[in-house]
Amino acid sequence: MLNTNLTHITSESEHSELLKNNENVMICCGRMGPMCIPVYEVMEELEGEYKNIKFADMEFDSPDARVIRNLPEARSFQGLPFTIYYKNGKVVKATSSIQSRDQITAILDEHFSK
Amino acid sequence: MENHFDAIIIGAGAAGLTAGIYLSRAKVNTLILNEGAVGGQMVLTHEIANYPGVENVSGYTLARTMKTQAQKFGCKIKSNIKITSLELNDEIKKVVVNDKDVYTSNAVIIATGGKSRMIGAIGEEEFKGKGISYCATCDGDFFQDKEIIVVGGGNSALEEAVSLTKYASKITVVHQFDRFQALEHYVKEAKKNEKISFIMESKIVEFIGNEKLEEVKIQNQRTGEISKMKIDGVFVFIGYVPNTESLQGIVELNQWNEIIVDKDMRTNLPGVFAAGDSIQKRYRQVTTAVADGTIAALTAAEYINNLKKEIAEQEFAQ
Repeated sequence: MLNTNLTHITSESEHSELLKNNENVMICCGRMGPMCIPVYEVMEELEGEYKNIKFADMEFDSPDARVIRNLPEARSFQGLPFTIYYKNGKVVKATSSIQSRDQITAILDEHFSK
Repeated sequence: MENHFDAIIIGAGAAGLTAGIYLSRAKVNTLILNEGAVGGQMVLTHEIANYPGVENVSGYTLARTMKTQAQKFGCKIKSNIKITSLELNDEIKKVVVNDKDVYTSNAVIIATGGKSRMIGAIGEEEFKGKGISYCATCDGDFFQDKEIIVVGGGNSALEEAVSLTKYASKITVVHQFDRFQALEHYVKEAKKNEKISFIMESKIVEFIGNEKLEEVKIQNQRTGEISKMKIDGVFVFIGYVPNTESLQGIVELNQWNEIIVDKDMRTNLPGVFAAGDSIQKRYRQVTTAVADGTIAALTAAEYINNLKKEIAEQEFAQ
């Protein structure tokens, strides 16, 4: 399990439950590596600020993370973490590799109005 | 005043957190303001094996431990903020965060660290994470049996090139000079590896692809000739640059934009100190950042105490 304070998704069923029960979802799928940790930290800080969004993480190497790894939107990705933004269960944005707080909040503000 | 502190530290890498630990433990009311994630360059290191007294530890764990230590002594930390204005000339220093929150202090320690240098070629931002990587241990396994380029000629570049041969079928090291800056040991290791070849005196000038990186344009620095090369990935290891863009014209910097300090970490401005990877120095290690942070904190504490004494004496005289 990833060493973060975010909600951890550990299975395909938890992933689909999360999407079913939340309108706006951001999932960061990675490892405890240098490109991933800064993204988790930004998400932990934004949790209090964006109450309308569910923030979660998923271990990239877990077999069930294929729900993220195999997304068509992540087809060209070659850098961790894979970060996926869902609205009503549909992918609205996906990014690869490290992102800054400004880049993340720009996506949240564009796709999930507060 | 709620937003007034004895000391403000800008940056929460090894130097900033160490300064935070020392100042808070000395009962100096201290705030750390940090623009990125806590830990700085430390969290970019998977394993630190040469930090004295601690056998193999991840950079992330070491950073978290330092942060907890600082907080336990009473240090306040605000991370992932944006510093929008700095006024360091007067006795009371002023730092504006996110264009609205104003923090003041008697002393400031600048520990803004450094960041990976980017090539600056066309398409670099577009293909980040889609063929371009700055972390071999993070992204190496995406390039199993693929052909890749490693850019750079220092220790990191050649060490990572050898490490990436675990995954890639062929590696071309592209270096802008006619010789390597790496230690002889790293050069030998890379040269004896059959998967690695070299293009010297050359730079990547453009990244090309559709959904992901497919090709690069490489320019020979001596002849100016540009050639194209089909490639699956590019790993960039061309050193670090100090995070001092916002300090231009505020504190004295050298020609490489590193902060100039004396042996006690004083900058040219009274009450302003600097430590860690953003200062002018030769060796950039977690251990040297920790040492800088310690010296800056002790010097700053002395400065603050003297300042408070002066103010008390003036008040007494009146």
